[in-house]
Amino acid sequence: MSDIRSMAEAKGAQAAKPPLDPHLKALENEAIHIFREVAAEFERPVMLYSIGKDSSVLLHLARKAFYPGRVPFPLLHVNTGWKFAEMIAFRDEIVKRYDLDLIEHVNPRGAEENVTPFTHGSARYTDIMKTEALRQALDAGQYDAAFGGARRDEEASRAKERIYSFRTPDHRWDPRNQRPELWNVYNGMINRGESVRAFPLSNWTEVDIWRYIQAEDIPIVPLYFAKKRQYVERDGMMILAEDPRLELLPGETKHEGVIRFRTLGCFPLTGAIRSTATTLDDIIAELETATVSERQGRAIDRDQSGSMEKKKREGYF
Amino acid sequence: MNAAASTTTARAPDSPAAQEEQSLLRFFTCGSVDDGKSTLIGRLLYDTRLILEDQFAALERDSARHGTTGGDIDFALLLDGLEAEREQGITIDVAYRHFATNRRRFIVADTPGHEEYTRNMATGASTADLAVVLVDARQGILTQTRRHAFIASLLGVRHVVLAVNKVDLVDFAQATFDAIAHEFHSFAKDFCFETIVEIPMSARYGDNVTTSSDRTPWYSGPTLLEHLETVPVTERDGPFRLPVQFVSRPNADFRGYAGQIAAGRIAVGDAIVAARSGRTSTVRSIVTADGNLQSASAGQAVTVVLSDEIDVSRGDILAAPAERPHRADQFMAHVIWFSPEPMLPGRSYVLRTEVDSVGATVTALKYQIDINNFSHEAAKSLHMNEVGVCNVSTQAPVVFDSYRENRSTGNFVLIDRFTNATVGAGMIDYPLHRAANIQWQALDIDRNARATLKHQRPAVIWLTGLSGAGKSTIANTLEKLLHAGGRHTYVLDGDNVRHGLNRDLGFTAEDRVENIRRIAEVARLMADAGLIVIVSAISPFGSERRMARDLFDPGDFVEVFVDTPLEECVRRDPKGLYRKALAGELTNFTGVDSPYERPETPELHLRTGGHDPAELAGQIEAYLLRR
Repeated sequence: MSDIRSMAEAKGAQAAKPPLDPHLKALENEAIHIFREVAAEFERPVMLYSIGKDSSVLLHLARKAFYPGRVPFPLLHVNTGWKFAEMIAFRDEIVKRYDLDLIEHVNPRGAEENVTPFTHGSARYTDIMKTEALRQALDAGQYDAAFGGARRDEEASRAKERIYSFRTPDHRWDPRNQRPELWNVYNGMINRGESVRAFPLSNWTEVDIWRYIQAEDIPIVPLYFAKKRQYVERDGMMILAEDPRLELLPGETKHEGVIRFRTLGCFPLTGAIRSTATTLDDIIAELETATVSERQGRAIDRDQSGSMEKKKREGYF
Repeated sequence: MNAAASTTTARAPDSPAAQEEQSLLRFFTCGSVDDGKSTLIGRLLYDTRLILEDQFAALERDSARHGTTGGDIDFALLLDGLEAEREQGITIDVAYRHFATNRRRFIVADTPGHEEYTRNMATGASTADLAVVLVDARQGILTQTRRHAFIASLLGVRHVVLAVNKVDLVDFAQATFDAIAHEFHSFAKDFCFETIVEIPMSARYGDNVTTSSDRTPWYSGPTLLEHLETVPVTERDGPFRLPVQFVSRPNADFRGYAGQIAAGRIAVGDAIVAARSGRTSTVRSIVTADGNLQSASAGQAVTVVLSDEIDVSRGDILAAPAERPHRADQFMAHVIWFSPEPMLPGRSYVLRTEVDSVGATVTALKYQIDINNFSHEAAKSLHMNEVGVCNVSTQAPVVFDSYRENRSTGNFVLIDRFTNATVGAGMIDYPLHRAANIQWQALDIDRNARATLKHQRPAVIWLTGLSGAGKSTIANTLEKLLHAGGRHTYVLDGDNVRHGLNRDLGFTAEDRVENIRRIAEVARLMADAGLIVIVSAISPFGSERRMARDLFDPGDFVEVFVDTPLEECVRRDPKGLYRKALAGELTNFTGVDSPYERPETPELHLRTGGHDPAELAGQIEAYLLRR
């Protein structure tokens, strides 16, 4: 697979895998336990797959949890139509390589009403193409449980969320009234139409994710690695300028520079960072001296204070 | 920022070697409202340089907008991530944060101080090794301090730091600190904590948080961070336990039991027992995606393949044969109650362990524990945030250890059957063997034999509805219809039963639960005898109707909602009871000052308006014939 790199392939050598650091091993064990609980208790689970690094780790853990069996639920990709082209190519390759069931959903309103991040603004666009689309897809599949890759270290409202996050029939999260969740006992009892979002990576940090990707040699989208790329500067972010749909605004010019992405969403809403990190070692070293958090590059988190909680209450992951 | 905040413990990029030696400490902060829990964690994160630039900028903005510290940075806003929390300046739910020093990794849970949110405090405490109990030096020990220290001990937290906070506001007085420490030790001495370390500090200014303060020269102990980095936390281990999450059968040649090892160690060739059935076998292989293992130990998620085909399913525990877990359907446990609806003995809940789920009732509430003096007090029900010791009876045997021996195989939560909410948490003390000594006597003439002789299929018609809805009239009419058709019947009338079997019961919620339990059990005996039983009882609570339903085979329990609007019942008032209740002469009257929970999915929903009893009884008979 030429486009997808994992470090062993990049190095061209496959050494025997050293044992996992005990901290990562403990996180892995916990995540596997959660995967198995959900699969045992729910009738129709599904796994949200967004192609990013967290999804890649999530998928890797799901495959481990059910080994030697197959992953016993489908993957759901809510496609906004504005993902990086490299992400879609990567997704298709992964689905083929690991023999997965992929369900792709695009909100039909996007095409009907020509909803784009440029015309509707990031908040409205996210609401329609991500939150609403997700609700449509979950309703259509009648899924009673959905795995997500959210981590508590990402954002303050995420830090408050349970591993089993209960959702009403219209997918709302009630942060004021979460079920107590003691030990590793998860209450998965729901009535018809209600559902649970399950977060196996709750206790992982961003550095844990990268260390685990390195230790387990997990393939990830090449956009995470630094390379000479074309971009424009917009709203204080470096936006990748490789998609023909990105129209330059008056006064904007294309630049070229060595950049990479610390987090991946929709290309017009995700800012790149200047970086020369071309290997996982570089990325981890860079993270350990980082002075800003990862979601800083996401436009949708900056729309308003407390905006993640608001989106989550409305059904966002 | 004040001068005391100079940091000495910056997090250097850890070398891989240092990584492997780092152990993990899970701790939480607790104590009363405004004792400074969130501020302390904010201070720890700030001093260990775990707050990044954009987060700090956001914190400055938020402090200006929501802050409660004048012009200073309000560290609590780092953790109080929910809008309602920021607006009210309180912590509602537990937040988890991660940080690390060169010596240790930490997961810290910031738990709420308000009594109302004790459930969230317990959530944070259930997985912790250490509790930081904060006390405001000006306030001293409060009820919440006692409650939280007590709940921490119940949940098996072994180490405590007594953080006497805000010492700057009592002029760094040693006498104040000593008095608080003395009081804490005197009530916590029976809590079985392994260590209690008291530290004077100011979370806001950083005294003795990560650096020793020169403003407390009389204190020579460790700073909070030093103590957190060095307190020994060795996992208590026990005999082998693997709670089975599911049976993995990817193809006809493979049958493995997947789960996370809760205690002990196992190796290929070891003997094991399936605790529920008592059947033994040996370990043929230990399967993981990284290859088969020769052995595995506590914490590892594995799939175990056995040498023999024995009956093992989800909810069972694979265990060391020499030291088996208990298997019982009755046990004694400490229970913390979370729900605004009180715990009622006799009511049926779903009892959930890590991997098992079974119907359960609290058969006896032995006593409640008073948080103020920890004395045992008699109680008829357990209210929100109260702790009690109960006998619990399950519908099927469960396998477990005592919580003291194993935190993961000795716990359970109770779930409300109606709302599905987690309403309580339990720590099992020991099994009760009363029922085990009374064997079920197998009889040769069974239910089918008795029913066949009567040429009928037994059933229970359960009429529920408000007083005056017409239940008794319909029951009477229905019995006449069935009797005329040659059916063997009996009517269990809620009022009549109270003259005999239930004459000792009143109308409190506890007694209503017991009333319905007895009626349901009698109905079951009668159905077993082959009868068609017609129950006419208000049965106001969904949980009890569900409990009654669970006693019968599917299809044999017919719930009939006799739906007459309250206004109409009040107008009819056949026994003059509504008049008395509305006048306040009668309390706990359903529909007036006691709730009626409408059935959501009854087999038959009879809207009585405009129909006479014969017509309604006819509808029920038609339903029975269709079965």
